Amino acid sequence: MLEPFAYDFFVRGFIVAGLVGALCGLMGVYVVLRRMSYIGHGLSHAMLGGAVVSYVMSFNFYLGAGLWGFLSALLINATVQRRRMLGADAVIGVVTTASFAVGVALISRYRTFTRNFEAALLGEVLGIQPQDLLAVAAMTGLALLFVLLCYRRLLFMTFDPEVAAYYGVRVHWLDALFALALAGTIVVSMQVIGVTMLVAALVIPAATARLLTDSFHRLVLLSVAIGALAGMGGMYISYYLDISSGANVVLVTTAAFALAYAWSALRHRLAAIQGLRALD
Amino acid sequence: MLHPYPHEPRGEAPLVEFRQVTCGYSGTPVLLDVSASIWEGEFVGLLGPSGAGKTTFLRAILGAVEFYRGQVLVEGRPHDRGRPLAGYVPQVETVDWNFPVTVEQVVLMGFASRGWRPWPTREERQRASAVMERLGIAHLANRHIRALSGGQQQRAFLARALVSSPRLLLLDEPTAGVDIKTRDDILHLLHELNHDGTTIVLTTHEINAVAAHLPRVICLNGRVVADGPPAQVFTPEVMSQTYGAPMTVVHHEGLVLVAERPHRYYEEHLARSRPRQEGGGA
Repeated sequence: MLEPFAYDFFVRGFIVAGLVGALCGLMGVYVVLRRMSYIGHGLSHAMLGGAVVSYVMSFNFYLGAGLWGFLSALLINATVQRRRMLGADAVIGVVTTASFAVGVALISRYRTFTRNFEAALLGEVLGIQPQDLLAVAAMTGLALLFVLLCYRRLLFMTFDPEVAAYYGVRVHWLDALFALALAGTIVVSMQVIGVTMLVAALVIPAATARLLTDSFHRLVLLSVAIGALAGMGGMYISYYLDISSGANVVLVTTAAFALAYAWSALRHRLAAIQGLRALD
Repeated sequence: MLHPYPHEPRGEAPLVEFRQVTCGYSGTPVLLDVSASIWEGEFVGLLGPSGAGKTTFLRAILGAVEFYRGQVLVEGRPHDRGRPLAGYVPQVETVDWNFPVTVEQVVLMGFASRGWRPWPTREERQRASAVMERLGIAHLANRHIRALSGGQQQRAFLARALVSSPRLLLLDEPTAGVDIKTRDDILHLLHELNHDGTTIVLTTHEINAVAAHLPRVICLNGRVVADGPPAQVFTPEVMSQTYGAPMTVVHHEGLVLVAERPHRYYEEHLARSRPRQEGGGA
C-alpha cells in the first residue's frame, strides 16, 4: 500500500496534488458562488499564452504566466464595465481565446516548446521539481493569508458586491486582489492538473461542498478538504491504474460530486416524506 | 396613522442636502435638478412610478451614482469625501436566496469593513444578538436565509443595517411583496426606530398603505414634483403629474386616500357599452 511512497517523485507529486487540490478548493468557493466558472476556464487558457511568451523570452514562468493572467483578468473586468452591452461571457471569450491563440502561434513558431506545451495542457504532476513544490506551497500560503485577512469582506462582496460597497468594502481593490490570487492559483496548478482540466479542480470541490451544507464557513472548510483529498486520492490511484494524474484527480472529484448529489437527493426525499407524514 | 404630525427638524444643518443635483448612470441622467433637505429625525417616503429615480435618490446619498451637476451633502460633506455612515437595506428581489449564509452571518456582514480578523469580535456578536433580539429574529440566527418568511428576511437585512448604529437608514421598497400583517409590522418597527432617533428614508410604490402614513413624502418623476406631508402633497394635480395618469384623491376620517381612475381602455369600454346597455334595457 505504501509502495508508491518509496519514490521521491511520487511523494513530491502527492504533496503537490494535495496542496493544489486544497488551493483550488479554497479559491473555487468564490469562483462558484460568484458564478465565475467561465472566467476560471478562460483564464487557465489565457495563461498558456503567458507561459509560452515567458518561455520564448526566457522569463520566469510563474511571474510571466501569473502576470499575463492577472492582466487578462483586469482587461476583462475593465472591458465589461466600459462596454456593458457586450456581456461578460463575450469579453472573456475574446480576451482569453486571443491570449491562447498567441500561445499556440508562438508554439508553432518555436517548435522546441511542444513537450512543455503538452505538460501545460494535460498536466504532468510526476515531473514536478522541488522548486515547483515550493511555488505551490508559497501560493497556497499566500492565498490562505489573503482569504483569512479579507474573509469577511470577501464573503460580503461575494454575496452582494453592490451593497458591500455601500457598507465600506473597497470592492474594486478586493476584486483586483482576488483576480491576482486566482491568476496565481491557476499558474501554479497548470503543471499539475493541466489547463484543460483546471476549471474542474476549481469548480467541482466547491460545487460538491455546496450540495452538503448551507453554511458559508462549513462550505469553505469542506471544499478545501474535498479538493485536498481528491488531489491526493487521485494521485495515489493513478499510480496503480497508470493513467494521467490530472485526469484521475478530476475523476475522483467528480465521483465525490456524484456521491454528494445522491446524498442530497436522498436527504430531500426523506425530508419530503417526513413533511407528508407530519401533515397526516 | 403612524405619524399624525411631521417631526420638527433637529440640528442646525440638514443631515442630507441635495443641491440642484442632476445624476444618473453611464451618461444618462435619471434625477434632474433635484433640491431637497432631510433633517435629523425625519421619516421620509419617496414616491413615484418605476424609473422615477427613487432608488437613484438613495444611491445619490450613498455616492454611488454619476453626478453631472450639483452635489449631495451628507452631514455637511460632499459625497466624494468618504462614504456616509448610512445603513442600507436593498430590495429583497435583488438578494441571491440560494447563497449559503445564515441569518447571523448576514447580520454580521454589517461589520465586514472593520478590522482584518476573519471572525467577529465578542462585542460584534453581542451587538448582532441584541439587534436580532429587538427585531424578533434572534431564534432564527442559525437558519439559512431562504428558510425565512418575507417579513423575517426583511428584518434580517434591517438588522444588518442597524448593527453599526447608523444615524441614517435607507430602505429600498421594504414592504414590497409582503402580506398586509408583515407590512404593518415593518412599518411599526421603522416607526419605533425613527422615534429612537434614526433618520429614515424609504422608497415605496404603496401610496395608501405606506406613503400616506409617513410624515413627509417626496413625489419624484425625474424631478421633485412635490415635497411635504401627505395631506398637502396628495392632490389630484400632484399625483397626476407624478404618475402621468389621472388620479382621484379622497379624504376620509382624517386619512388621505389616492384612487387610480379606471384605465383609459376601461373608460372607453364603459363609454361604449353604456348606451347599448341603456338601449337594451329600454
